[in-house]
Amino acid sequence: MSTIFGIPTPALYGQILIGLINGSFYALLSLGLAVIFGLLRVINFAHGAQYMLGAFAAYLLLEYAGIGYWPALIAAPLIVGASAIVVERTMLRRLYGLDPLYGLLLTFGLALIFEGAFRYWFGAAGKPFSPPSQLAGGVNLGFMFLPIYRGWVVIASLVICVGTWLLIEKTRLGAYLRAATENATLVQAFGVNVPQLLTLTYGLGAALAGLAGVLAAPVYQVSPLMGSNLIIIVFAVVVVGGMGSILGAIITGYMLGVLEGLTKVFYPEASSIVIFVVMAIVLLVRPAGLFGREE
Amino acid sequence: MSDAPLLDVRGLQAWYGESHVLHGVDLAIREGETVTLLGRNGAGKTTTLRAIMGILGRRQGVVNLRGHDLLRLPLHRVAQAGLGYVPEERGIFASLNVEENLMLPPKVAEGGMSVAEIYELFPNLLERRWSQGTKLSGGEQQMLAIARVLRTGAKILLLDEPTEGLAPVIIQRIGDVLVTLKARGMTILLVEQNFRFARKVADRFYLMEDGRIVNSFAGHELDSHTSQLHDVLGV
Amino acid sequence: MTVETGLLTSQSKLRTSTALLGAIVLALLLAAPFFLYPIFLMSVLCFALFACAFNLLIGYVGLLSFGHATFFGGAAYITAHAVKVWGWEPLSGILLGATGAAILGVFVGFLAIRRQGIYFAMITLALGQMFAFICLQVPFTHGEDGIQGVPRGHLLGLLDLNHPLPMYYVTLAIFLAGFFAIWRIVNSPFGNILKAIRENEKRAVSLGYRVDRYKLGAFVMSAALAGLAGGTKAIVFQFATLTDVQWQMSGEVILMTLLGGIGTLIGPVVGAGLVIALQNYLAASDFPVTVLIGIIFVICVLLFRRGIAGEVMELLKRKAPQ
Repeated sequence: MSTIFGIPTPALYGQILIGLINGSFYALLSLGLAVIFGLLRVINFAHGAQYMLGAFAAYLLLEYAGIGYWPALIAAPLIVGASAIVVERTMLRRLYGLDPLYGLLLTFGLALIFEGAFRYWFGAAGKPFSPPSQLAGGVNLGFMFLPIYRGWVVIASLVICVGTWLLIEKTRLGAYLRAATENATLVQAFGVNVPQLLTLTYGLGAALAGLAGVLAAPVYQVSPLMGSNLIIIVFAVVVVGGMGSILGAIITGYMLGVLEGLTKVFYPEASSIVIFVVMAIVLLVRPAGLFGREE
Repeated sequence: MSDAPLLDVRGLQAWYGESHVLHGVDLAIREGETVTLLGRNGAGKTTTLRAIMGILGRRQGVVNLRGHDLLRLPLHRVAQAGLGYVPEERGIFASLNVEENLMLPPKVAEGGMSVAEIYELFPNLLERRWSQGTKLSGGEQQMLAIARVLRTGAKILLLDEPTEGLAPVIIQRIGDVLVTLKARGMTILLVEQNFRFARKVADRFYLMEDGRIVNSFAGHELDSHTSQLHDVLGV
Repeated sequence: MTVETGLLTSQSKLRTSTALLGAIVLALLLAAPFFLYPIFLMSVLCFALFACAFNLLIGYVGLLSFGHATFFGGAAYITAHAVKVWGWEPLSGILLGATGAAILGVFVGFLAIRRQGIYFAMITLALGQMFAFICLQVPFTHGEDGIQGVPRGHLLGLLDLNHPLPMYYVTLAIFLAGFFAIWRIVNSPFGNILKAIRENEKRAVSLGYRVDRYKLGAFVMSAALAGLAGGTKAIVFQFATLTDVQWQMSGEVILMTLLGGIGTLIGPVVGAGLVIALQNYLAASDFPVTVLIGIIFVICVLLFRRGIAGEVMELLKRKAPQ
């Protein structure tokens, strides 16, 4: 068996794949956070809970309505997005113009409510969720064994990231969004319904988290606590990347996921903290983040 | 040209937070007219435009567009009613290129200029259409800020100091553009300190001081008011 | 002349009424263990001190730390280890815990103050999570089990803390010492500069203050006081576990302060009392505590951002003649 630095190569590639998968979720979630923060100036602490809600929506659709993975891939993000729109209309909206810390605290409270309620109803244990039959099994790539679903996650999340980036950079809606991020009042003075744009943006960001949740369900199981620890890592990813750039958020997400995977191979004890260590180093060397601008 | 004003402002008061800035502004603009608001810095000219648009928080009084009360509308509905706003700071978006900046304001009515017509009027913008909006020179940014609201079909342009800080050649160009727009029947409310520039296009002048209109006169009467102008404008 | 005398009498009146109020509160605190469970009271006192320490940052410097469990729980581990494994006397164990928390505060604070506002909150949260992971892995914290069976011992070798009353009075004394320290900090020239930074950081910079040093100083003091609370907690409850260092604990202390009133001296104490009482009350039912905490968060943020103490003071201010 071939080895690199004394590590068998299949193990190395396996960890890189896991890193890519984790990185996919870091990228998807930090992308949503960045879009929401850019326009609303709210750090959406509920992002992890919305990811969990997406996974649960898929699980419940299957359990109680017999709706399978593929329709759930559309339906679950819509459900999560709709619930987020209600949150924005009834609560978040009242906090615009106040210190952004209140938005953080409100969404933190919402995250606790969602997670607490789902834990109360479903218990803390993870619920298995099988990948769809089309993506079951795996292929031998010669140098490693690739479970097909994991390959799908990496490709799907890349497509979603690029799609979101195109939506923001190349469409009219995206131009509204970018302009309103700079000067919302002026955009509204041109006749764009900015309050509606804010609602839509929050819904879109949350739907992205929900979509990530559906993708994650067969990989990590469905559990009420799947989002809370992840969101803290994603915060660190966001600090490393800086929130100024959408592309930066995506790249940083994948990069740190792979780095974490590699750490698991070479120094497993540090794998759970390596992202935080990178954050600390970035703060020392380049406080605004790798892709950030000093505000 | 009918006698009823297109835009009718009566007793408009406005506040920035606690401070009372406009103390009852009255002005009326008929369709196709170009009206210039003169006054020195801090007289309340910009505030008047912002208050008409509804960018300010607290306002009182009457702002009617063809009999419709604009004061009750949320900000985006004011633009949709037909006001095209060109702010003093120009408001070109850095994260948008020139063409995106140009295409940003949604159409509010038929009868706006086509993109081809706009590029014909502003050839520089065509040349630099893929540049980042804020990479343009000050004069080009000003032209872009004007061009942007011509596409939308807005009935009235609110122009805030379009010549501020620009070189004489550019001012000349902007003056030509205003003359063209006027010839096309556009209604314009222009805020200016430079009355020599404004006299080329203005049908009427309003003179502002301390948040009030203190005088108004027709464009051709400008010369007979020069001493008051020097007094009020401090030039 | 009359104005001055009026001012003087009103000032001295205020002083006597404050002193009177203080005496009544002190008497109540001294008598409390005869009416309420001492263990409940001690728990309230520990968390009240923790919340006051946290409030020193958010209320007087405007920095929201989302990782204060690091200092509370970190100190609890250090104190528990010193007392149980090294056989230290409890008070010196607690002081060692507070010192350890201060040192942790230097590291976390040094990194976190490099960013402001919302980023500060995210960085402290992330570093807190990192600390929690470390606590899970290093041997001396005993992982999931935590350090159990910490002996209360004898204070300075004299006072047996295994009886509830002496333990209560020692906890009360530590709380009062910490509260007094915070009161002194807030009303010192140092505290005034902190408030100036909160109001307008740029102006403070332009006035020539080295803002970062003041922020770091406040951060370390807050961490040390949070550690004082955590160390005391380890002696009172005789254990230190992962619960104390996790982000949920950081969230709880934020809630206590928010509910009681950010930026008021007494608010965090009120908030801590309410939250602990509520948790005790709910422990018997099967209603999920997390959900309730979340609901209180949402209500506080949407409806009364000043908190209980802040709203009461606002009411008094409005009632008082101008």
